[in-house]
Amino acid sequence: MPTSARDIGRLFLPLSGVVLIGVIWFAASQSVPDLPSPIKTWNESKSYVLQPFDKRGEMDQGIGRLAYYSLVRVSKGFLLGIALATPLGLLLGMSPTLHRMLDPVIQILRPISPLAWLPLGLVVFRKSEPAALFAIAVCSMWPTVINSAAGVRAIPHDYWNVATVLRLSRFTTFTTIVLPATLPYIFTGYRLSLGIAWLVIVASEMLTGTPGIGGFLWQEYNSLIYAHILLAIITIGLIGFGLDRLMGLAESRLRAA
Amino acid sequence: MAFIDVCSVSKTFTTDRAARHVLDDVTLSVDQGEFVSIVGFMGCGKSTLLSIVAGLLPPDEGEVRFGGELVRGVRPKTAMVFQNYSLLPWLTALENVQLAVASASPKWPRERQADQARRYLGKVGLGNASHRRPIQLSGGMQQRVAIARALATEPDVLFLDDPFGALDALTRANLQQELAQLCSAEERPVTTIMITNSVDEALLLSDRIVPMTHGPRATLGRPAAVAIPKPRTRALLMHDEDAMRSRAHVVESLTASVRRPRRAHLEPQPVDDIGLSGVPSRSEA
Repeated sequence: MPTSARDIGRLFLPLSGVVLIGVIWFAASQSVPDLPSPIKTWNESKSYVLQPFDKRGEMDQGIGRLAYYSLVRVSKGFLLGIALATPLGLLLGMSPTLHRMLDPVIQILRPISPLAWLPLGLVVFRKSEPAALFAIAVCSMWPTVINSAAGVRAIPHDYWNVATVLRLSRFTTFTTIVLPATLPYIFTGYRLSLGIAWLVIVASEMLTGTPGIGGFLWQEYNSLIYAHILLAIITIGLIGFGLDRLMGLAESRLRAA
Repeated sequence: MAFIDVCSVSKTFTTDRAARHVLDDVTLSVDQGEFVSIVGFMGCGKSTLLSIVAGLLPPDEGEVRFGGELVRGVRPKTAMVFQNYSLLPWLTALENVQLAVASASPKWPRERQADQARRYLGKVGLGNASHRRPIQLSGGMQQRVAIARALATEPDVLFLDDPFGALDALTRANLQQELAQLCSAEERPVTTIMITNSVDEALLLSDRIVPMTHGPRATLGRPAAVAIPKPRTRALLMHDEDAMRSRAHVVESLTASVRRPRRAHLEPQPVDDIGLSGVPSRSEA
C-alpha cells in the first residue's frame, strides 16, 4: 500500500518532536545530578502507571485514582465557575451600562493568580475543599464571562431588527436569538475556562495537601522521590491535552450545527 | 387624511469624528392600500428612511403617523422584508415563519400557527422545503421564506427594503412577478412601501414611484403615479406608453438630482401628485 508523504508527516513529525524532548531530558539528566533520566523515571513509576487504581495509602495511590480525585474537583469548580460566568457574561453583553460598570473590575480580577485566591478561600471557608473549589471557580470563570459578552455583542444587527419587527418578547428574543447566536462563543469560553481550571487544580492541591495529582506531586517532592514529580507532570499534561480536545470536539460540533 | 404620514423627517448620524446628515426634510403620504416605491441610488438614505417609517429608528426631527397616530417603535400588524433575508440560521424555514405567526397571533393554538406558516410557505412555492434550514436554501428561496414570514402575519402595512437587491437577475424577475401576484391576491388591502434602485421593479409593482435625491441631505423628488392596471407583466411594461413615460420621468428626476447643485436640495420641493402629465423638461436639470 503506498503511503503518501503527508501521512508520514502527520505521524512522523509529532513523534519526532516527542523523541526530541526525550533526548533533551536525557541530556539534562546527565548534567543535573538530582534530575532522574527518562528510564529511571519509568522504572520508579511503573507500579503507579501499570496498576493505576491501586490504593496503598492516603497519598500512595495509582495514578488513575489520583487523576480521578483531581478531575472530580476540577469538574465541580469548573461547573460552579461557568454557572456564574455564563449569565454574567450574557448580561454584560446585553447591557452596555453594566459592561462599563463591571469591565474594569473584571480586568483587575482576571490576572490574579490562583495562589492568591486560595488563602482567601481558606480564610472564608475554613476548609481546604471548598477553598479549592472557590479558587478554581473564581480563576476559571473569566474567559467564559468575556467570551459570552463578546458573543452577544457580535450578534448581527439584522437579527436585532428581526426581533424588533416581529415584536418578539424579551424572553423569546433571548431564547430564539441571543442564546443560539452566542452558543459557539460560550463554548469557546468553556474550553478556555476548563484549561485554566486544570491549571489551578495543581496549585490548589499543592497548597492544601489534598489527595490528587497536584497533592501527590508536592508530597513526592517532600519525600525526595523526584522521578514521581516527572510522572505527575507528564500526567497533568496528558490529561489537560485530553480535556482540551474533548471541549474542542464539542465546540466544533456546535459550529457545524 | 392619508394612512401613512411622514412629516418633515430629518436624520443625522453622528460618530465621534463627523456628523452625516442623511435625510433632510422628507415628507411623504401614502394612502391605505397603496403601493409606493421609493427609488434612489445606493447609499442615498432610502433604507434609513424606511427604518424611520417602520419605527426601527427614531427621527431627529419631524414625525411619522399611521392613521393619525404618532409612531413610537414598531407598530403591530406591520411586516418587513430585508434585503439580506435576515432569516434565523438555526431555525428551519417553517420555524422561521412560525416564529412570526406566533408573535403576531399569540392566542392561536400552536397547531393553527403551524398551519398558517405552512400555508404561506406553500403560497411562495416552498411547501416541500419547509424543514430545510436557510443555509440549505438558495438566495431566492431564502427571500421567499422571508416574504412568507412577512405575509403570514397578515399585516396591513408591508415594508420592503430592497427585497430583491441581493438576487441574480433571473431570480429577481421571477420573484418580482410572484410578489405582484401575492400582493394583489391578499383579501385585505396591504399598504406597501418598497425601497429599490430599479425603476423597472418599481414600475412593475407600484401605484406611485417617488424618486429620492442623492445623499447626503437626501430628500424626495416629485412622485410619478403609475396608472397601469395591475397585475402587470414585464412584457406589458416593455411596450406600454404610460409605463415608458413614467420610466422616463423617474429616470429623469433621478439623474437631475445628481446633476443639480447641492443648494437646490435645501429648497422645499413640491410633493403633490403630478400624475403622468408630461415628462419634466430637460432644462430643469
